[in-house]
Amino acid sequence: MARALINAPAKAKRGEVIEIKTLISHIMETGFRPDSTGKPVPRDIITEFICKYNGEEIFRAELFPAIAANPFLTFFTVADETGTLNFEWSGDNGFTATQSVNITVE
Amino acid sequence: MTRPAAVFFLIAVLGAAAAAADIPLAQRKSGYEFMTRETRAMQDDDSANPATLSVLDAETLWQRKEGSAGKSCADCHGDARTSMRGVAARYPAFNEARGRPIDLEQRVNICRTEQQRATPLAFESKELLALTAYVGQQSRGMPIDIANDAHIRPFLEAGRVMFTERQGQLNLSCAQCHDDNWGQKLAGAPIPQGHPTGYPLYRLEWQTLGSLQRRLANCLFGMRAVSYPYGASELVDLELYLMWRARGMPVETPAVRP
Repeated sequence: MARALINAPAKAKRGEVIEIKTLISHIMETGFRPDSTGKPVPRDIITEFICKYNGEEIFRAELFPAIAANPFLTFFTVADETGTLNFEWSGDNGFTATQSVNITVE
Repeated sequence: MTRPAAVFFLIAVLGAAAAAADIPLAQRKSGYEFMTRETRAMQDDDSANPATLSVLDAETLWQRKEGSAGKSCADCHGDARTSMRGVAARYPAFNEARGRPIDLEQRVNICRTEQQRATPLAFESKELLALTAYVGQQSRGMPIDIANDAHIRPFLEAGRVMFTERQGQLNLSCAQCHDDNWGQKLAGAPIPQGHPTGYPLYRLEWQTLGSLQRRLANCLFGMRAVSYPYGASELVDLELYLMWRARGMPVETPAVRP
């Protein structure tokens, strides 16, 4: 299981624009590099990231081989209700990782 | 001027000339100050610094029982946040049993082999980098404090020689770049002063955490010099000299560098 780090405010005012920062450990092997014997190292990247706010998708990203290791994605949303932010990464070789954080909206 | 006075004068002038190459203490700058705003932002915010992922791994490793002794780091050292505070700022440090200085990586592996009775971790392995980053982080913000006593002095001197002597096919010394030409550009990249304040650090070029020895091997390769195997006494002496050269500067571990 990959380690992921979410930085989102635990509390926000209703209607406030909040920044969400996500960082996940992943090698993001491009598939274009040869190993020491000259054979290409197979591609192993995260291909998709989805963030849902109380079940509703608020952000989605497609990732490609040019993205560096340990992808760091940040985005903004409007805090409109108390609930949960769910984060989901998926990629090559059946890679999946999920994480969630709670947010209280006052 | 009498002859003894003239000789003394000459020695004083030569001495001053030799020392002039050293960067005055007040003018020292961390590699951080040579970085772009974006790279600084990565280091400033732990949640943006990929090295944090390794530090979190190490919190688990710290508690994990290892080896035939079945001991974890925490069994001897307790809470790293208190017991490891300031430790990394003192390394490399003199080890009585070995009669020479050892760096933090070697210290971790001595604990593994002698206390935990486990196999040593490979240099640049994820676990060793994570543990040294975790231990290093506990000294963050503290001044680097290398003992300069009779035990350490010969090794410090060996490190200084390694730093100032020309080597490799390009016939360069470390000092020619990092003492004499810092702030200039080398192939578009700024030349820092070479203070190892943030190791192990996350280097964007490597896309992973790496140790000071890996960085030194990089520099030696760039000078077309033959490097040393990880853990070689030459590299530890150089690490020791570099840390002493950065004495008093705050520890940034785990830093981010381009």
